Amino acid sequence: MADRTGINDIVKDENLVYKKTSVLTDRVMHYCPGCGHGTAHRLIAEVIEEMGIQADTIGITPVGCSVLMYNYLDIDMQEAAHGRAPAVATAIKRLMPDKFVFTYQGDGDLAAIGTAETIHACNRGENIAIFFINNGIYGMTGGQMAPTTLSGMKSSTSPYGRDVQMMGNPLKMTELVAQLPGTWYVTRQAVHTPASVRKAKKAIRQAFENQKLKKGLSLVEIVSNCNSGWKMSPVEANKWMVENMFPFYPPGDIKLEGRLTGKE
Amino acid sequence: MAKSKGSIIVDREKCKGCEICVLACPTGVISLAREVNSKGYHFSYMENPDACTGCTNCAIVCPDGVITVYRKKVST
Repeated sequence: MADRTGINDIVKDENLVYKKTSVLTDRVMHYCPGCGHGTAHRLIAEVIEEMGIQADTIGITPVGCSVLMYNYLDIDMQEAAHGRAPAVATAIKRLMPDKFVFTYQGDGDLAAIGTAETIHACNRGENIAIFFINNGIYGMTGGQMAPTTLSGMKSSTSPYGRDVQMMGNPLKMTELVAQLPGTWYVTRQAVHTPASVRKAKKAIRQAFENQKLKKGLSLVEIVSNCNSGWKMSPVEANKWMVENMFPFYPPGDIKLEGRLTGKE
Repeated sequence: MAKSKGSIIVDREKCKGCEICVLACPTGVISLAREVNSKGYHFSYMENPDACTGCTNCAIVCPDGVITVYRKKVST
């Protein structure tokens, strides 16, 4: 009888199906409960473990909430000045072309202060991967408006909602870089449900695999939540993200193998 | 018919009680405990362990990677 199988019979080493990867350290992450950063870190760590490239991967951390990423991933990592991660990654990749190099950046880092570095690294077609976490807000500094903040979205510096007449339009950085000839793979994913996590993991794997081809840059945007900045519970924030962020930032592949898919 | 039975182990001290695993579970196994851990978070636990199929959905959405999943095939 199935129902008589107790927990003690199931919890055995031979029945293990999922365990936190050893590429992630055992340190408790400083992120708020429910933050997508933790999931994104874990997916990158799992891909590194599956590909067996722990010793050959160099990550570049940004400035923002994920500035302490080097404490959580057991790989070589380099901290870059605010927004300059693609420039640092370019140098590292050119000096060590056999290594797998990735940057991990938030929207305040990649789409605001680092716009020039991002666009030029994409245009040059550097063989690196960029993981872009977009939550439409400056999370670490207290939820200020970012270039990616949606029209009408409240933040601590736009308390009545973003007024596009005065504050400008939200920036679709991923669509922008997909137009550049140097990008090989551009996609937008999310990490709020099991299905989206599985898809995002495939995209991250693809971004690492593409570095072997030496055909150009891979950019994976992950639309994420910021429940502290949005002043919501984690579950409400994910719901709000699906209802408000996805119509403007729709998940899906934007550029595959150097060709636009028509979704931009 | 072969059927899977699963079980999860939650690292209670690292769980931040974000409730995302509760929503991700297709069989409604997980809920948040009344007790709190040393940081004051209501950690998740298996409220209804018999329904667990070991699908790993809770573990792959957990932002803090605190869930370990075991699965065993049993015949009915």
